[in-house]
Amino acid sequence: MKLTLEPILSAKKVNAYFGAFQAIKDVSLDVAPHSVTALIGPSGCGKSTFLRTLNRLHEEIPGARFEGEVLLEGEDIYARGMDPVQVRRKIGMVFQKPNPFPSLSIFENVVVGLTLAGVRNRHLLEETAESALKNAALWDEVKDKLKAPGTSLSGGQQQRLCIARALAVKPPVILMDEPTSALDPISTARIEELLGEMKKEVTVIIVTHNMQQAARCSDHTAFFLLGELVEHARSPTLFSNPQDRRTEQYITGRFG
Amino acid sequence: MKTELGNLGNDGLLRPLKQGDNFSRLDFRRTVKNRVMLGLLGLASLVAILPLLFILYYVIHRGIAGLSIRFFTQLPKPVGETGGGLGNAVLGTLILVGLGSIIGVPVGVASGVYLAEYRRSKYANVLRSAVELLAGVPSIILGIFAYALIVVPMKGFSALAGSIALAVILIPTVAKTTEEVLKLVPDHIREAGLALGLPRWKVILRIVVYGSRSGILTGVMLGVARISGESAPLLFTALNSQYWPHGLLNPISSLPVQIYTYAISPFDEWTQLAWTGSMVLVLFVLVANLSMRALIYQKGSGGKTK
Ligand SMILES: Nc1ncnc2c1ncn2[C@@H]1O[C@H](COP(=O)(O)OP(=O)(O)O)[C@@H](O)[C@H]1O
Ligand SMILES: [Mg+2]
Repeated sequence: MKLTLEPILSAKKVNAYFGAFQAIKDVSLDVAPHSVTALIGPSGCGKSTFLRTLNRLHEEIPGARFEGEVLLEGEDIYARGMDPVQVRRKIGMVFQKPNPFPSLSIFENVVVGLTLAGVRNRHLLEETAESALKNAALWDEVKDKLKAPGTSLSGGQQQRLCIARALAVKPPVILMDEPTSALDPISTARIEELLGEMKKEVTVIIVTHNMQQAARCSDHTAFFLLGELVEHARSPTLFSNPQDRRTEQYITGRFG
Repeated sequence: MKTELGNLGNDGLLRPLKQGDNFSRLDFRRTVKNRVMLGLLGLASLVAILPLLFILYYVIHRGIAGLSIRFFTQLPKPVGETGGGLGNAVLGTLILVGLGSIIGVPVGVASGVYLAEYRRSKYANVLRSAVELLAGVPSIILGIFAYALIVVPMKGFSALAGSIALAVILIPTVAKTTEEVLKLVPDHIREAGLALGLPRWKVILRIVVYGSRSGILTGVMLGVARISGESAPLLFTALNSQYWPHGLLNPISSLPVQIYTYAISPFDEWTQLAWTGSMVLVLFVLVANLSMRALIYQKGSGGKTK
């Protein structure tokens, strides 16, 4: 698929392995800046694995291996001498289960990416926390209890806290792995709403097994099956006029 | 309320549909069995708790008579003279346990962190076996070991040797509890830290260990309480002394060793001091334990950790 803009992120012939098992096969995918790309596909097809190759988290699993290239703003994040720690500062991530850090307050959770990188300026931290929480649509709910433990929030609030935590280090790209699958419908709707707002600031790649969610909130959708990228298109096109038979079968609910 | 599976009681429990008396007889037998099992469990717990109660009662009963300020401030008097205290032993124990902790806690915590965070590495497996073996070595053997390795080459019994022996006992306890506590932190917390662009060591120290600090502290306190009652490893290392502690390279008195010495002596004055010493030691360990537990309890009910 041709993108009109230069892609901000571009995966080229990505292969990912767990030991001898190949979980991702030759996947190439371009992502336009300030867009939301949804990765869909049946459980176990490699969506999470692919996502985790994009911020070099895949390699943290013992026995995991990677081949291929991932260009972030034209630069290969797997190039020799690239520090995965630096890469991850530019590509944030939100996980399936809300995971605020234990025994850190709401405020500390939001700015932990800065404080642990050595930022001491109180004013800057407060400003960042406020804007990140506002961007995560959580500010109004927590502004009076920033010192409360992050874990004292509800599940949906915790997940927005994790989004704020990822936004606070101002990465150009944020990866989300089924961020709403552990949440109730109202919290889910809030986060879906948020996606539209977030893409003014960042590019989002979101894994979801919920096709309605992909159709509702993404600009592009990529359909994965058994470790391969079957089809990648603008979301309205993919859902109304799929090119591949397997895509059609999946979105009409015939398997998966 | 009737459901397909049975009767839903007001208490929310599902009961089988009643068909004649069969079911209620079954119910009755189950209730009796339940009661009997519960009774047996209660009895077993009582057997477990009784020794503690006896020890507390007996030690306080025999020890309280000798308790006074003088017990903490005076040296033991020679045989025949009345009065005197175990001030040197109390201070000695504080020094031995303090120094032992200064040496043992950092090593133990660091080993525990390594065991938990690098649990799949070859070295972690070797270290884990070593720690488990060390935890199983009787403390008197550790005392002899410290004697051969420190006392003999340094040509003398010393507080330092005693502290090192205590540290060696402390290390495996602290390492094991630290490992257990850190293993409770789910992996996705670590991944969240890595995904923020933090180096692994920072994720471990500033997020995982920091977040588990109260659990680690508990393990440390329990370990420290345990070594404060050890006598066997001190017999060969710190020995004993009739004087106030003077310098780490000289023998030093300690409560457990002093209790041992005085308890087997034929003199009433000394046996009384031994009882009072026992009481002080037992109460110290008990209070340390209870206050740690109170702290955990508070933590547990206050902010939800995790
Ligand atoms: N840590 C792992 N070790 C070995 N195999 C794994 C691991 N994680 C995932 N896999 C395998 O890789 C494949 C893709 O998994 P995943 O990316 O989690 O799928 P999805 O997110 O689409 O449900 C699955 O077959 C899964 O069993
Ligand atoms: Mg997944």
